[in-house]
Amino acid sequence: MDLTTLVKDDKMIIYLSGEIDHHTSREIRDGVDRLIITHRPKAFILDLSGVDFMDSSGLGLVLGRFRKIKELGGEMYIANAGDRTMKILKMAGVDKIIKSVECRITNQE
Amino acid sequence: MNRYNNQFKITFPAKSANEAFSRSLISAFSTQLDPTIEELCDIKTAVSEAVTNCIVHAYAKETDERKKTVSITAYIEYDNLLTVKISDRGCGIDDIEKALQPMYSGSGSDERSGMGFSIMGCFTDKLSVKSKPGKGTTVTLKKYIGKQHAAKK
Repeated sequence: MDLTTLVKDDKMIIYLSGEIDHHTSREIRDGVDRLIITHRPKAFILDLSGVDFMDSSGLGLVLGRFRKIKELGGEMYIANAGDRTMKILKMAGVDKIIKSVECRITNQE
Repeated sequence: MNRYNNQFKITFPAKSANEAFSRSLISAFSTQLDPTIEELCDIKTAVSEAVTNCIVHAYAKETDERKKTVSITAYIEYDNLLTVKISDRGCGIDDIEKALQPMYSGSGSDERSGMGFSIMGCFTDKLSVKSKPGKGTTVTLKKYIGKQHAAKK
């Protein structure tokens, strides 16, 4: 899984793509956490538009990052989750505690 | 009409790389039922959860690598009912009722969400769990799949 990152001022967007399961989530978590600790963003946006499979391991990943960002005094947002991904997030009530925003990674942002 | 149309059985090591493999496998097997994309995603996700449970929980204390296996048996009945049994020979579940509760995780670390069984239940038509401490666990998922079922609704 490749992590595409955009950092501007105190904002950071990470774009995830591929499948998030128990096998892949550890590597993603380590990569995302390294970036969070390096940049300490005030606003952290997790772009899920490229995720084509996610199970409960993905929930653990998202909730874990939410807690981490909170600890560091930032806010976390979810962007562009597909229908399937959103269905899983809603089952755990994640949509109620992490706000969804719309965003695109472009050079203009 | 033949009650059992088709089936397969497979046993593989309880390695996390096999989570994606098991999803591909059940997806390929289900294709003959002409499922919708939604149905296919449902069954893939449910099987992924069950297999992950075997890998994360069943063999946490097992040291003999050869004993760490996961078996999947899947069969099609009445042309549209898919049954998938996912079993391990691991530690078993002491309290099944507790394990089935949303947000309960038997693993205190590693950021498990505790939503595995809830997802399995939500994405299939029937979920049942049989387990004996020290002997292993079998999760049975049943799901009606395909156009014939959709037409009956």
